[in-house]
Amino acid sequence: MVDPVPLLIMGSGPAGLAAAQEAVRAGVGALLLDEQPTGGGQIYRALGEATGERQKTLGTDYAAGAPLLTVLSAQCLDHQPGATVWEVSPDGTVYYTRQGQARAVSAEQVILCSGAMERPMPFPGWTLPGVMTCGAAQILLKGAGVFPASGAVLAGSGPLLLLLAKQLIGARARLAAVVDTTPADNYRGALKYLPGALRTPGYLLKGLSMIRTLSASGVPWYRGASGLEAIGDDAVAGLRFKVRGRQHEVACSNLFLHQGVVPNVQLSRSLGLEHHWDGLQRCWRPILDGWGASALERIAVAGDAGGIMGARAAEAHGRLAALGALNRIGVLSETERDRRAAGARAVYRREILPRPFLDRLYRPHPDYLQPADDTIVCRCEEVTAGQIRKYVELGCLGPNQTKAFGRSGMGPCQGRVCGLTVSEIIAQARGVPLEQVGYYRIRPPIKPVTLGELATLEQPEDA
Amino acid sequence: MPETEFAVVGGGLVGMAVAYGLQRRGHQVTVFDEGDIAYRASRGNFGLVWVQGKGAGMPDYARWTRLSAALWPEFADELKRKTDVDVELTQPGGLDLCLTESELADQVARLEGLRDALDGNYPFQVLDPGRLRGMVPEAGPAVSGATYFPEDGHANPLFLLRALLGAFRAEGGRIENGGTVSAITPTRGAFRIETERPWEAAQVVLSAGLGNAKLGPMVGLNAPVKPNRGQVLICERVQPFLNYPTVQIRQIGTGSVQIGDSKEDVGFDDTTAPRVVAAIARRATRLFPLLENVRVVRAWGALRIMSPDGHPIYDRSTEHPGAHLVTCHSGVTLAAAHALVLAAWIGGGEPEIPYLETFSGKRFQLSSAA
Amino acid sequence: MASGSNFHRLPEPEYKRLTMTFDGRTIEARSGDSVAAALIAAGVTVTRTTPVSGVSRGPYCMMGVCFECLMEIDGVQNVQGCMVQVREGMSVRSMAGARTVSDARTPGDG
Repeated sequence: MVDPVPLLIMGSGPAGLAAAQEAVRAGVGALLLDEQPTGGGQIYRALGEATGERQKTLGTDYAAGAPLLTVLSAQCLDHQPGATVWEVSPDGTVYYTRQGQARAVSAEQVILCSGAMERPMPFPGWTLPGVMTCGAAQILLKGAGVFPASGAVLAGSGPLLLLLAKQLIGARARLAAVVDTTPADNYRGALKYLPGALRTPGYLLKGLSMIRTLSASGVPWYRGASGLEAIGDDAVAGLRFKVRGRQHEVACSNLFLHQGVVPNVQLSRSLGLEHHWDGLQRCWRPILDGWGASALERIAVAGDAGGIMGARAAEAHGRLAALGALNRIGVLSETERDRRAAGARAVYRREILPRPFLDRLYRPHPDYLQPADDTIVCRCEEVTAGQIRKYVELGCLGPNQTKAFGRSGMGPCQGRVCGLTVSEIIAQARGVPLEQVGYYRIRPPIKPVTLGELATLEQPEDA
Repeated sequence: MPETEFAVVGGGLVGMAVAYGLQRRGHQVTVFDEGDIAYRASRGNFGLVWVQGKGAGMPDYARWTRLSAALWPEFADELKRKTDVDVELTQPGGLDLCLTESELADQVARLEGLRDALDGNYPFQVLDPGRLRGMVPEAGPAVSGATYFPEDGHANPLFLLRALLGAFRAEGGRIENGGTVSAITPTRGAFRIETERPWEAAQVVLSAGLGNAKLGPMVGLNAPVKPNRGQVLICERVQPFLNYPTVQIRQIGTGSVQIGDSKEDVGFDDTTAPRVVAAIARRATRLFPLLENVRVVRAWGALRIMSPDGHPIYDRSTEHPGAHLVTCHSGVTLAAAHALVLAAWIGGGEPEIPYLETFSGKRFQLSSAA
Repeated sequence: MASGSNFHRLPEPEYKRLTMTFDGRTIEARSGDSVAAALIAAGVTVTRTTPVSGVSRGPYCMMGVCFECLMEIDGVQNVQGCMVQVREGMSVRSMAGARTVSDARTPGDG
């Protein structure tokens, strides 16, 4: 039996670390759980151990996380890395496994900072070994200083695609090609959001600098690509695509994909929180108040897990969520909460200004929201888009019925990778808005846990 | 003029089996089913085609269950032929594993009682630990024995639902889904189905699971069903290791291991979910210690639909002829009998078996009056 | 640099060299590497075949989301290779289809 903690923060990315800072500042002993071996989340992954060489390659936005990481050594913070949370109960009990032992801990307030994950980008061949996400390439760089020195193609759309290109070029990698799938009419569609974005111009300037680096590098850069197909037998050997009707094929030994990131909603879904469909970001986000608080009294969500906002906004959002939670447990008065929140609130408002522009500009190409019939959408159970469409024809209305019929979403990833695609396919096949189709019903455990761990679980005593 | 001959309310395993059975006999059927998130017992079904131990206090239920198990092979073949869906039926006989001597003794007494009620025709076997380990070498040292029944088996309930839907559609059946049936009104020899838009049906079959408790009285039928909570854990795929389905654990066709607590006397139901899950995991690892490192990937809170005596209710309304009601918690086991026998009775044919009236909901009125 | 790998390491002599094996072959890794990262750096692309159709798969997301990099690590099957850090002498094997029911590790070994 573990004593109840006042505040439990799940995830040590920018939102989780900033929340921990606010807890430490208020003198509250928080428990910080993170699945990764070191703090920082994916954005500041392994920053605490990174050499100067690695920091130079990854750039100033990576190194900028250093001040946040200092909280990990605070006396009153209980930081437990390598902790896999597999269930959070609405009453604030958090179940996790660490070092092979399952535990349960009760918290007065829980802040979920589970961050973002890559939006799936299904097309024929995307399951071949050697095809990875751009996020995976960044993780290789951050966590191990490993990068594809030759033979890599970057394909897709979004800031991370360009950032990764710039970082790899800086590391003297010889990229085979960058294949940009951003539809041409996205630029026109995004224009109306440009004035808002210009009020926080840093993002756009960074984008222009990435574009300049890529242009000057001599790396073949295809824009407006569609109809992607990865080819290869036992591993990826090339990428086929079309640009303005013309077929291209680029040989490669690795293919890194990206079409934006989406909130990791597995926990907020498993808690039964209501989510709404964000049409601009084309993803679900839990419904939260201005302090990241959910409809459940003990549960808050902060950072990208509550809607894609980027690292700086996530940091501010984490502070707001922590201050709200500290107020709810009676540590901070409303006046004090609001006083401490003023700075973070201003940062948050400023940092989310460019989002609508970026979201509209990098709206995914329809090819990868509605993959062709023979494309695998559920990688675990190898279910194709065509099978999902067939189940809709049989009468399935939503993803839980297609899941029951064809096992999509029943594999070890528990629908994380296919969930959005399956809902998109059903919505189009039925000719109804996605909101009406809904999402997988996510049930705990949200990460696989062994029967032995469950059997030896120490339970908190009855309240 | 009614828009459909039969309105089947509820498209779970029970409703789809009856709907398919009616449609294949030439009736014209429309199934009314709820949306994607609707509470569904069918999706939480454990998947046993199970005879052993069923029918205590109602031998006709034991007969009915055995009839269905016997009809299952031809039924599975028929579904495969019509839909190309393999429902993964195997009937190698099944085991009920016991962890204590007294558990085993109770189990044996229950089966002996059934054998007596069925005039000796009930070929179960009692397995001591030695014989059990001959059949299931993986059983742990804590297992004190088991009972075996040769007619038991299992199937994939999700594929069964898909196959029933596919076969029903292939026979020309119609599905109206996405709406909830809020009421049924008898109207001059027909029935008005109140859903998104009202429908008129000549006859109606209520197979709405827990919804039958509310809908039944609207057409003069009694279905005092209540939810009975059970949990199912689903583990990652493993290489085949278990040759027989057991009441507690079975390995499905894909290799996934499914763990349940379908023993009604375990008494897990009133506790919170993680505690229940831990208790199920403890029991599972005692039964099969080599499952200790196998991972649970999903947990289901499954609600069984229980009548007061735990047996099915099949009824037709005398007050409003043309209204029928079907309720049970063994939608997989009884699927074959529902489609091939019960549907014929509902369709107005002579009952092929003499005891269907036994399952009338009137039995609960009688007992409460007594 | 391992021969046959398109992946290079940044020049970082600070990290300690470790060795592990993958399907019997010796792999050089560095402290802080995840198992999946060390294998990728060494030119390994395929880390399992699927239990559904038997096709080859390799690491995909590297952050614990996709479960593509399931492997056997020191006798424990279906472990996410991207979530485990390399230790000296670690023995890693690819997974072929579904796991077997019992791990090489006997229960209770920790």
